[in-house]
Amino acid sequence: MSVIEIRQVSRWYGNVVAVNDVTMTIGPGVTGLLGPNGAGKSTLLHLMAGFLQPSGGTATLDAKPIWKNKDVYHTIGLVPEKEGVYGFLTGWQFVQSAARLHGLGDDAAERAIAQVDMAAARDRRIETYSKGMRQRIKVAGALVHEPSVLLLDEPFNGMDPRQRLHLMDLVRDLGAAGKTIVFSSHILEEVERVAQQIEVMVAGRHAASGDYREIRRRMTDRPHLFRVRSSDDRRLAAALIADTASGGVSFTPQGLEVRTVDFRRFTHQLPRLARDLGVRLWQVSPTDEDLESVFSYLSGRS
Amino acid sequence: MNTVVASITYRAMLGRKRIWLLALLPIALIAFALLFRFIGGGDESVAVELMKTFAIGTMLPLLGLIAGTGVIAPEIEDGTIIHLMSKPISRPVIAFTKFVVAASLMVGFSVIPTYVAAYILIGSESGIASGFALGALFAGIAYAAVFLLLGVVSRHAVTIGVIYALVWEGLIGGYVPGARRFSIQQWAQSVADQVTTSAFLKSEVALSFAVPAMIIVVAGSVLWAGQRLRVLSLTGDE
Repeated sequence: MSVIEIRQVSRWYGNVVAVNDVTMTIGPGVTGLLGPNGAGKSTLLHLMAGFLQPSGGTATLDAKPIWKNKDVYHTIGLVPEKEGVYGFLTGWQFVQSAARLHGLGDDAAERAIAQVDMAAARDRRIETYSKGMRQRIKVAGALVHEPSVLLLDEPFNGMDPRQRLHLMDLVRDLGAAGKTIVFSSHILEEVERVAQQIEVMVAGRHAASGDYREIRRRMTDRPHLFRVRSSDDRRLAAALIADTASGGVSFTPQGLEVRTVDFRRFTHQLPRLARDLGVRLWQVSPTDEDLESVFSYLSGRS
Repeated sequence: MNTVVASITYRAMLGRKRIWLLALLPIALIAFALLFRFIGGGDESVAVELMKTFAIGTMLPLLGLIAGTGVIAPEIEDGTIIHLMSKPISRPVIAFTKFVVAASLMVGFSVIPTYVAAYILIGSESGIASGFALGALFAGIAYAAVFLLLGVVSRHAVTIGVIYALVWEGLIGGYVPGARRFSIQQWAQSVADQVTTSAFLKSEVALSFAVPAMIIVVAGSVLWAGQRLRVLSLTGDE
């Protein structure tokens, strides 16, 4: 059982603040680090892995500082995002070298390879592997010493669905076995499938924290902005503004812009209103469904 | 010294086509020696000149650059070094192992070819072959250490290394006598001059300066590289 403690940690590069005054405690189980690209997830993981010095604050593992402390690697297994593997080694040689660097024998390497289901391809060079296979062999290299902490940077990126499910199962199982696991992702579905605890990062700040139900509710229960084009915008607008689902309707050259206050009711009511009025709907599209606006809403609220 | 780190580094340096990068210059040196030998130009002055300008003056710094930066800079560049650094091994040990690999490559691809080429030209006459081989050994180790450090501290190690070798040692060293004191190439000649009795080699830097200078440069570079590796920050692609 290991605990990572991040206390008021900031990290800046010159004038750019990558991580801004973040405090979190991560214990056993799977924790997902969720946020859009550039939110500081990678930086935070590197701080936890001892590959970056905090510009301010402290990062500790079981109360011992992580930075400049090689002994933390007895406890930590790290799966970096970069395709940082020696392509000229076979999968077996790679995992075996990881085992030997830990002072372990071939049995540890064999167990780790079996754990990620890579035994069949172990004698091929890593450069011949698909992205998903590289990812798995990196996970095997990180698991070889049975660490109680596993850090994974965007582990599911570029995997096909089957590989993704397999790795998700593995991560979930390891979490259930009491290991402290942190992984980063910019995809909510990914995080909620695997993680019990979700930490949301937006623009370097710790924007929200909770289990997936909590995060999911916050993400969908928010005002949405829709663009609606129809055969008679003005009639439709009058009906929409009379309904409690919408908070505002405005005319734009591209059609109506409807701000909803009750997302569910709006999606339910709009087609019915149009049908009753005899108005033909041409286009209904959300204008702010991208992750950035979801995250910026979240960060604005907390 | 860590054998796993060493074996991965050897594979990276010698695997597949990479080895040609190291082998090309020594092959050229030996080819020149054979050529001079058979067209009958193999006298002492030619031998000394070829050793001075090509073996020590060109091949040694270039191979030092390839070996010294090659053992570590590409790994830092593409992030593969994380595999070694995320293990409970002291970073100075990683740096020292990389240095030993680079130095051994210098022996194999520079010191031995230097001896062979000189021997082809004039045999063991006047101790030229052994003198230049010993000079190449000292200087090869020094180059390996300096360029290893360069590979750790800068992302532009190769550029800086080429500028050092060409501009400082080659150009400025040619005109400014004072600059020669701080030139690994000149130190190599001092060592060579100590062994050989040939009148064609006149070293400019005293051995009593060159040897301590090399020891300080090697020890300082390797220690510094180890310390830099301890605080090496790796960032994601964010």
